[in-house]
Amino acid sequence: MTYPSWSIEEATRVLSALKNVQGPVLIALQAVQERFGYVHEDAVALIAETFNVSRADVHGVLTYYHDLRTSPAPARCIQICVAEACQAVGSRELVAAVEKKLGKKIDETHTDVEIKSAYCFGNCALSPAAMVNGELVGRATVEKVTA
Amino acid sequence: MSTIIYVPNDSAAISIGADQVAALIAQEAVKRSLDIEIIRNGTRGALWLETLVEVVTPQGRIAYGPVQPEDVSSLFDADFVHGGAHRLALGLTDQIAWFAGQDRVTYKRVGLIDPLSLKDYESHGGLVGLRKAITQSGSDIVAEVTASGLRGRGGAGFPAGIKWKTVLDAPADQKYVCCNADEGDSGTFADRILIEADPFTLIEGMAIAAVAVGATQGFVYLRSEYPTAIRRLRDAISIAQSAGLLGSSVLGSKHAFNLEVRVGAGSYVCGEETAMLESLEGKRGVIRSKPPLPAIAGLFGKPTIINNVLTLASVPAVIADGAAAYAARGTGRSLGTQVFQLAGNIARGGIIETAFGITLETLVNTFGGGTLSGKPLRAIQIGGPLGAYFNSSQLGVSMDYESLAAAGGMLGHGGVVLFDDSVDLAQQAKFAMEFCALESCGKCTPCRLGSTRGAETIEKIISGVDVPANKLLLLDLCEVMTDGSLCAMGGLTPLPVKSAMNNFPEDFTGGAKK
Repeated sequence: MTYPSWSIEEATRVLSALKNVQGPVLIALQAVQERFGYVHEDAVALIAETFNVSRADVHGVLTYYHDLRTSPAPARCIQICVAEACQAVGSRELVAAVEKKLGKKIDETHTDVEIKSAYCFGNCALSPAAMVNGELVGRATVEKVTA
Repeated sequence: MSTIIYVPNDSAAISIGADQVAALIAQEAVKRSLDIEIIRNGTRGALWLETLVEVVTPQGRIAYGPVQPEDVSSLFDADFVHGGAHRLALGLTDQIAWFAGQDRVTYKRVGLIDPLSLKDYESHGGLVGLRKAITQSGSDIVAEVTASGLRGRGGAGFPAGIKWKTVLDAPADQKYVCCNADEGDSGTFADRILIEADPFTLIEGMAIAAVAVGATQGFVYLRSEYPTAIRRLRDAISIAQSAGLLGSSVLGSKHAFNLEVRVGAGSYVCGEETAMLESLEGKRGVIRSKPPLPAIAGLFGKPTIINNVLTLASVPAVIADGAAAYAARGTGRSLGTQVFQLAGNIARGGIIETAFGITLETLVNTFGGGTLSGKPLRAIQIGGPLGAYFNSSQLGVSMDYESLAAAGGMLGHGGVVLFDDSVDLAQQAKFAMEFCALESCGKCTPCRLGSTRGAETIEKIISGVDVPANKLLLLDLCEVMTDGSLCAMGGLTPLPVKSAMNNFPEDFTGGAKK
């Protein structure tokens, strides 16, 4: 997935579509992230000003939710479910094997490829589950998630 | 006439190749000049048989599965288009024991139809409930739901009719209906499958709720981990709007109802109803103190019905067939059906809808076929990350709200996760605390700090440090979390921890084990 680089004009355009939304802060942050792949630090003040809320409020929401990120997403993102139903069929071992193969630790930030813990994709009868660049993978193996 | 072939477009089926199977079937049919029409239905819930391909024959739908992409050409060689014999042939789908043993009410259309065909929906009994509801008074609808015994399927099990009555009786210029589709529990996927396979049922259920209490705006709070469900529900809402099911006049009645999908942002605790309201208002998903109840002062301070997907999706059947038909199923105060989800280390995982009162044994062995690994079953977690771990001597428990509570557990959202004998319950207990530490909203100290201290204490037990003293300390901490937390996150995290200690004491003896 490629995203355009941050631009305050483009962000303003994105936010203008949300003028009539009740309780807009989370939706605004999600919309900015959808457009640019992450929430640039300047987006906080812009959202605060656009919707007449404090910057602290926007910052609070931005830092609360796991989905929202403040740095650009890497080209490749591997999310591995580490919750119970996937643990039951070896997700702990899968994580260790993927870490070894890619030479990267889970939940650390990298620019090329990122391995992240996830907590349930609702694919628990075909676990272990993973999501690779937005595509759900069932009966996940090292080969499938690093292909 | 072309032969109809069903290939599911459920995200779980797609995750193991359903899209490739569908594409290959289409290609192969062209190559062999066969006249077929592929309909992408939702999954029928037998995820262990995915990709489950069905062919419509004069005898009925004949199933083949699990079909891998490499099986497609041999299926054509076996003339599966006319129901030909093949090693993957399963006979008539309805006669497969796994399906025949179920009682599908909430899920009656799931997997049978094209999820976005309103025509299919109506020809399978859809909209009967809503058509009836718009001719009734709000209090009649609420009375019907109350009489059905329908309870909240999200986990709390609160009677839906009583909640609705509170909203109906609350005077306000604006009321809301919110559907909690933040299905974060590991081992649960019934909300996702219903939304992907039969979204109009949820829309109809929400419209009935809105008509009953006089709400004009609805929201579905759907988790971001379910991108396919988000797309499908949004498509279904726009079809429903064009068809006059939603909008300024629901099916030509005086009732207005608009519906919108709001997407979560990866917070588990937003499945707690007051945290969900905060998130719907665009704020941090921090829980609210109750009272006031959301039914009195909910979304934006207005009276709000909040129900789980399965609760709302059961309402059309309750209204269409009457409360008595629904309440005739089940046991004690657990009336109707429950959509169980078999998950984890299981041979035949998927959706089992039956009346309450089925035993865990029947679910796990008769339907589930035991573990996937073939190793002995050791533990079963029922009800998600906040549910209890049972051992294999407890399979006789009846699956209903009261019996599970009496056995020291809870039904939760109906997820049943199996573990074989490689599981270490001390590690599972530690994970329960770590998950709570990660997902706690931070409002209550016992949950925010207790979860971290709990994980540390279990680590000490695992490492064999002062085991008896640390076990006592852990039990004391569990008591503080149970009694001192406002919501189920901190309040129920001790449930998996204590049940693991009680039912698997041999895993909490420090370095001495294994």
